Amino acid sequence: MSTIQDKVETKVGVLIVLSLVVVLWGGLAQIVPLFFQHSTTEPVEGLKPYTALQLEGRDIYIREGCVGCHSQMIRPFRAETERYGHYSVAGEFIYDRPFLWGSKRTGPDLQRVGGRYSDDWHRVHLTNPRDVVPESIMPSYPWLGASALDGSDIQAKMKTLVTLGHPYSDAEIEAAPAALEGKTELDAVVAYLQSLGLHVKQRR
Amino acid sequence: MSDFTSEFWSWFIIAIAGGGIVWLFYLLTGTNKAETEEGVPTGHVWDEDLQELNNPLPRWWLFMFYFTLFFAIGYLILYPGMGSFKGILGWTEVGEYEAEVAAADAEFGPLFAQFEKTPIAELASDAAAMNAGERLFVTYCAVCHGSDARGAAGFPNLRDNDWLHGGSPEKIEETILYGRMGTMPAWEGPLGGKEGVNQVATYVMSLAGRDVDTKLAEAGKVKFDMFCVGCHMPGGTGNQALGAPNLSNNIWLYGGSPRSIKETIAKGRNGRMPAHSEFLGKAKSHVLAGYVYSLSHESD
Repeated sequence: MSTIQDKVETKVGVLIVLSLVVVLWGGLAQIVPLFFQHSTTEPVEGLKPYTALQLEGRDIYIREGCVGCHSQMIRPFRAETERYGHYSVAGEFIYDRPFLWGSKRTGPDLQRVGGRYSDDWHRVHLTNPRDVVPESIMPSYPWLGASALDGSDIQAKMKTLVTLGHPYSDAEIEAAPAALEGKTELDAVVAYLQSLGLHVKQRR
Repeated sequence: MSDFTSEFWSWFIIAIAGGGIVWLFYLLTGTNKAETEEGVPTGHVWDEDLQELNNPLPRWWLFMFYFTLFFAIGYLILYPGMGSFKGILGWTEVGEYEAEVAAADAEFGPLFAQFEKTPIAELASDAAAMNAGERLFVTYCAVCHGSDARGAAGFPNLRDNDWLHGGSPEKIEETILYGRMGTMPAWEGPLGGKEGVNQVATYVMSLAGRDVDTKLAEAGKVKFDMFCVGCHMPGGTGNQALGAPNLSNNIWLYGGSPRSIKETIAKGRNGRMPAHSEFLGKAKSHVLAGYVYSLSHESD
């Protein structure tokens, strides 16, 4: 009879600690080094943090649960890059906290939707998707255009992101409330969508 | 150059992955000593006589564990996994993607090169090209122009042979490659408020041959000739060089109801077709131009 086995089995504290070590072992090799890699910690060239309006739009995107049906992650398969554009790279998501990669595509991927359609198209489409895509099963979001944007905590949001390393200047934070003046939630979501995925060149 | 900020992390991964394999190997061999015999109880007893025996692992099961260990060693030699070591196969995710794209290009490249050399009007009667064109259209264009290419309010119908920027094959290709801006300013101010807008809207409807209040239309004509003819031309026949719609053919990009027309005049419109040269490339845009051309020239 093994005395080591006896000791481990009969002391719950030791059992818990050793079980944790076993569970963490793979994560130590797979997760921890990601925080110390150039490709996962540095923005791609030209990437800027979201503007005040885009940031608010992103929060509405989260509030409305868009991530439940739309991924933002183009995988390196030809079938995806032909439809959506260049595959996603880690450096594009440096200013996404949290990232919105998603894991389900009831609708199309949105990672490179920026510039693909006109602002007008997004306005019509978000208000009632059937007006432009009769086959669409996306819900309508008519309240976005009717709701004034509540930007009262934008400066707090930006200051929080500064502590996490987003390079907002004091002037940008100072000007943020003015940039949201008179905007609707629809304006913010469209601004956010039009900013997505512009910094890696499309293939061909 | 390594992607790690410090070579330490490469060795960190090697130590964990390698150490894991060594440790498991020790666990398998170290606990499988010959002195483990069948039928010796561990001393655990439940329900009076239910005993746990310290039997050795069945051999086939033990071999499965050894197999996974050797598989791991083989994998880490062939594929990237040990820190910065790239694996002797030189496999990368991006390399596999590029091979997939290269294979597709080798298959479809010559076909599209052939399409690209063919004049657009000829492509429109080439069944293979139109088959490809339809697939491309459904993937890239249908979201705005509709899967039947009949458009929607604000997004042109491509089957009616009415063109904002010109319907020649070259103009269609230009539109796809470089995009278009269709900007109409807001006229409520210059026209003197709702009354002026109402007059001009009435005149515009008369241009399309509708029955209207002639008095209102006449007042509208005066304003139309002052403000609108610069782009829409006298008689509202439009100007494709400016993308100004023809107002006399009763085809309405933003809807032809009196309310829509008044809204267009009062608030202006801002249509935009995005440029596709970078995203689709020349060859696909060429095939798409042929497809779009074919939609309104099917009898040709």
